[in-house]
Amino acid sequence: MTLAHQATLIARKDLLIEVRGRHAVGTLVPFAATVLVSFGFAFGPGRDLLERVAPGLLWMAVLFSAVMASRRAYQTESEDGALEGLLLAPIDKAAVFLGKAFAVTVELLALVVVVLLLVIVLFDLSVANPFLLLAAFVLGAIGLAAVGSLFGVVAESARTREAIFPLLVLPLVAPVLIAGVRATDLAAAGRSSEVLSWLGLLAAFDVVFLSVGVLVFGYLLED
Amino acid sequence: MAAAAERVLGKATSRTGEHLLGIVTFVALGVSAVLSLVVAPPDAVQGEVQRIMYVHVPAAWLAYLSFFVVFIASIAYLKTKKTRWDRVAAASAEIGVLFTSLAIVLGMLWGKPVWGTWWTWDPRLTTTAVLLLIYVAYLAIRRITDNPSRRARWAAVIGIVGFIDVPIVHLSVVWWRSLHQGPTVFRLGGPEIEGTMLLALLVAVAAFTIAYAYLMTLRLRVGRLEERAAREALSPLVGAER
Repeated sequence: MTLAHQATLIARKDLLIEVRGRHAVGTLVPFAATVLVSFGFAFGPGRDLLERVAPGLLWMAVLFSAVMASRRAYQTESEDGALEGLLLAPIDKAAVFLGKAFAVTVELLALVVVVLLLVIVLFDLSVANPFLLLAAFVLGAIGLAAVGSLFGVVAESARTREAIFPLLVLPLVAPVLIAGVRATDLAAAGRSSEVLSWLGLLAAFDVVFLSVGVLVFGYLLED
Repeated sequence: MAAAAERVLGKATSRTGEHLLGIVTFVALGVSAVLSLVVAPPDAVQGEVQRIMYVHVPAAWLAYLSFFVVFIASIAYLKTKKTRWDRVAAASAEIGVLFTSLAIVLGMLWGKPVWGTWWTWDPRLTTTAVLLLIYVAYLAIRRITDNPSRRARWAAVIGIVGFIDVPIVHLSVVWWRSLHQGPTVFRLGGPEIEGTMLLALLVAVAAFTIAYAYLMTLRLRVGRLEERAAREALSPLVGAER
């Protein structure tokens, strides 16, 4: 069984749990919506300011949701000794990381659709180039999911100190936040040529963190 | 008894080196202080306040040196699983966080009179701030688990990933700034630097580097003692003759 095949199996398992458990629909989407409405209270009700900060608010909502989704991905494993079962399974540990990252990416993208609609409605974000925006979200979600899935296992084992996980993840994903917001801003303004360099940065971040994750993930689990 | 005497003796010789390094550190820092406060001339534009450079730049250098050492020690730990490398990484990270904070605070004290603001989102400032946050998280992780081997492995992974992240953070902030360009970024010391000023700066960097080595030996000894205390507390042989 190749690494890709193993990773696909893990991702399918995780997504199946999500579909059946409806955690994302029940918790993540309302959470993201609440965050956005709170931002509205913080920066509204003037439309000018909201429109200007809309890309940033959008990505902040995605970022917080990514933290929750990655933690969730390992919470399911802590029940009934599922993680031990996963570790005993004859699969590469890197496949667990890649599978989790893939599943979290898919969840985040599903979430982004809702968040984007909310931001368009609530904050008047106009999108001149939806394809570049989509590319920014796909690349950004992969980066967030890669970092989240790498350290989610730490968050799960350190459950008593909840703040540790965001403390670790938020500074690490600073480039995703910056590049994502800039790309969204430029795509919304229709300055397509400038978006590409930011997409390149996001892609570089994804490649670096996916490959580093594959290399080091096993060390986090070795107990 | 012989074993105990040997232990004491062994400890004494290792402490001698430590004391020697301590003396060298204080002499070097003293020389650096004289050079930067008395010998080097005040800056033509900024005046006396520019002397902060002689502590700010070495502190920033130590910040990056420390985290590079954490990176190398973390790789070495994962490769060899020798606890010595974990102690090196832990010691260097603590010293790094100390000097990163120092560099940022000194930079603010320098920035206020010269730039007129405590903080600007300059690429180097922002990267250093993100660096500080990453390694504060690193130290926080080191405190959460009672399992020493797991703590060492987690810390090592973060020590590696955190350091790899730094160039990406820096690049993103450089691009970010170039789109939001405010006032032209002030360059440290300008493109040209006067001879005695350069000498004072180089001596300061050397003195700080020696101070780093001294702090490392102290912290490593504390690390060894901590480990021994933990081991002996757990051992059923406490108080027994060995």
